Amino acid sequence: MNSDTTQTADKYLTFFLAKEEYAVDILRVQEIKGWSQVTTIPNTPKYICGVINLRGTIVPIIDLRLRFNLECQEYGAMTVVIVVKVLSQDAKERIMGIVVDAVSDVYDVAENEIKPPPDFGSVINTEFVRGLATVNEKMVIVLDLDRLLNSDELAIVESLSH
Amino acid sequence: MPVNLNEIRELFFEESFDNLDRMESNLLELENGSVDDELINSIFRGAHSIKGGAGIFDFEHIISFSHIMETLLDGMRHGERIITQSVIDLLLRSVDALRMMVSALKGNSDYDVQEVQVCQDDLQGILKAPLEKAPVIQAASSPIEITTPHPNKENLSHAEEDFLPADKGWHIVFKPDLSMLKTGNDPINLFDELACLGKLTVKVDTSQVPAFHDLDVQACYLSWELILYADVERALIDEVFEWVEDECQLDISPLIPPTQPLGETVSLKQNGKEAVPAVDKNEKSVLSLEKDESALEKGKISSVKTEPPSKHTVLTHNVTHHATEANSIRVSIDKIDDLINMVGELVITQSMLEQIGNNFNSSLTEQLRDGLSQLERNSRELQESVMRIRMLPISFSFNRFPRLVHNLSLQLNKKVELKLSGEHTELDKTVLEKMSDPLVHLVRNALDHGIETPAMRQAVGKSEMGTLHLHAFHQGGNIIIQISDDGAGFDLEKIRAKAIGQGLLNQDDHPSEEQLYDFIFHPGFTTVAQVSDLSGRGVGMDVVRRNIRALGGTIEIQSKPGQGSTFRIRLPLTLAILDGQLVRVGQEIYILSLLSIIESLRVKPKLVNSYTGLAEVYRLRDEYIPILRLYDLFGITPNTTQLAQGILVIVEGENQKIGLFVDELLSQQQIVIKSLENNYKKIPGISAATILGDGSVALILDVAELIQLFHAKTKNQASHSTTFMDSLL
Repeated sequence: MNSDTTQTADKYLTFFLAKEEYAVDILRVQEIKGWSQVTTIPNTPKYICGVINLRGTIVPIIDLRLRFNLECQEYGAMTVVIVVKVLSQDAKERIMGIVVDAVSDVYDVAENEIKPPPDFGSVINTEFVRGLATVNEKMVIVLDLDRLLNSDELAIVESLSH
Repeated sequence: MPVNLNEIRELFFEESFDNLDRMESNLLELENGSVDDELINSIFRGAHSIKGGAGIFDFEHIISFSHIMETLLDGMRHGERIITQSVIDLLLRSVDALRMMVSALKGNSDYDVQEVQVCQDDLQGILKAPLEKAPVIQAASSPIEITTPHPNKENLSHAEEDFLPADKGWHIVFKPDLSMLKTGNDPINLFDELACLGKLTVKVDTSQVPAFHDLDVQACYLSWELILYADVERALIDEVFEWVEDECQLDISPLIPPTQPLGETVSLKQNGKEAVPAVDKNEKSVLSLEKDESALEKGKISSVKTEPPSKHTVLTHNVTHHATEANSIRVSIDKIDDLINMVGELVITQSMLEQIGNNFNSSLTEQLRDGLSQLERNSRELQESVMRIRMLPISFSFNRFPRLVHNLSLQLNKKVELKLSGEHTELDKTVLEKMSDPLVHLVRNALDHGIETPAMRQAVGKSEMGTLHLHAFHQGGNIIIQISDDGAGFDLEKIRAKAIGQGLLNQDDHPSEEQLYDFIFHPGFTTVAQVSDLSGRGVGMDVVRRNIRALGGTIEIQSKPGQGSTFRIRLPLTLAILDGQLVRVGQEIYILSLLSIIESLRVKPKLVNSYTGLAEVYRLRDEYIPILRLYDLFGITPNTTQLAQGILVIVEGENQKIGLFVDELLSQQQIVIKSLENNYKKIPGISAATILGDGSVALILDVAELIQLFHAKTKNQASHSTTFMDSLL
């Protein structure tokens, strides 16, 4: 994971989720791994699958399909987990895993090629979308990971404990 | 690469706090009468390095403040200033002020400028006082005695004799050490620089120059007497000599004594008091307190008379501030060496195993087994020594108590001797930091409520001097910290009466001694009639116990009326590992801290009762314990919902007992605690996670929070059912 990106274009990793192609900044991707058994956490929303042991650290796993209210798929040998780094508001780095359908490709996308999203049309809340980009005549949805994984339930707030 | 100033800044703060701590303990030693040059030198060095460090970052206030301290200390070190109680008190206050400034800078916050200014003015006041010149240069080892100063004019008039009294200026006696020239400092340059400030006359003293054949060409045998006619600040002259002040005897005095400042009369009066042998400690303390207060009142208007500004609050505030923020650790070199040895052995074991693995056949099984057991030993040792790195001697925490006890006993007019033992007992850094507030509170309590006034002590036939003993030691995988005093002890009848008064106890209850002591930890419980400014501040006993419990420890009280009381704190060796009990609910495995488990039992159905239709309670001997069905709270499918088929684990958290209903008890094992919050967030009812032998994650239950959740849930149900009833009506 060297940061030898060119000045003009950043690299994005794309993945599929219910036939739509989504992109995340590749510098945020730590690794891509297969599905492993999770330990469920009580009293959490359904899209939080649970936590796994990633070489000694406890990492939460989020099912993006459930997060976006899509129908759930069985987890199996083909399920892919993308382990990403997320920056929270106080610039603390957290590691999380997101469950996606399949990893697609790595594209170069220049910052100015990312167009603002329309207010509707995607299955997900546009709040989490940084923009839309066109790659090889296809549209990919560029996700804002920090917003997505810090929102609501995942935010480090101890609202429940007190 | 640019120099990372931030890193150096952090280092400066850390070193400054170390220096301040050392200065403080040295000052307290001075006070105890063990006066020697080395102590003063050490204090001086502390102030000097803080000044030097602050210079790098242009912390003007710290530089000027420490410079004044340094000047005073320099005078003491050369025997030109006598060491009196008032000077030591002032220096202690200055250490506090410096610490306040440094921690304010570290946290980018503001500090009490007035306080610092008052302190600085007092220092200046002492500095401007006429010098008590030591007639001869004292030998390095000779103790400096506390003597009465004779503020006479002789020394000064000597300077006035030869020169026009109308001129302002400085009289400087400069005696370089023999070796000064070797360090590249040339007196000529210094004089040139002084000459830039004004008219300079120089007299050289050649009396020390030896006969020609004994002469070392590299040594400096000369000394000078300089008169500088210039209306300049003393700081300017100090600056000239800054680089050589460690290598010479330097005495700078004004030509004309400045008119005595107002504050001086106070300190002189106090100095006068010193002539009376230090029997009258109380009176002296009153004096210094008075001075303190007036100084404070000069700075800020203390509107509430019932809450006089007390010195120790400033102190503890600053100390805790810095204790909680230090996030680096200093490790002794032998611990690191141990670690390197251990890693070396690990590498050897690894290569041995690799050799076996390369061409393995059944004849090598024995060797493989040996290798594996060696690997196991290596990794265990490695783990232990890595843990030891986090360990710090408890003296880090104990060291602040001499000062605290000193201040408090003055304030309370009590005579207290503080004994510390087992300071070298090592404790996890986090535990140590979290323990400091509770310890301070217990010590304060012991002084305030435990130890009686000298008069009362004499009346009951005890020695006037009370004893407070802080003792730390290991006991079977735990650390025990004991705080014992030989004071009045707890009055059980009083506690009982108070408990009944607060409705915690019924008139005809007959609780055991332990149960009565337990009330002390009850929020808002106090047996003291009037609230002094010591008690009722900061953390209460309930908070003390909560803090200790949060660390997985316990606290108990032993007390004999009239003979004193002992608080015994039991703490786990480390926070990173706990003894856990694995329990199973459905497919999930959870971990309970063994410390929180009271007992586990099979449920006898006839002992289960329903309570207002909302909860079940279990009769255990003479207690009714609510049953918490864990599967219900966590929404898990269990093996069984029949109480008789599972296990009830009776646990205790925050003083409440509850029965956790689980499917099965599994093994007990050491659990390495892993944070859930690092990558996720806090989960109610779960304190952390761990990784089991098979690599899967298991969650560690937080009993106190489970009980809270349970109460919230039953309350919810209760309100639901009443609204349901309401809708029916």
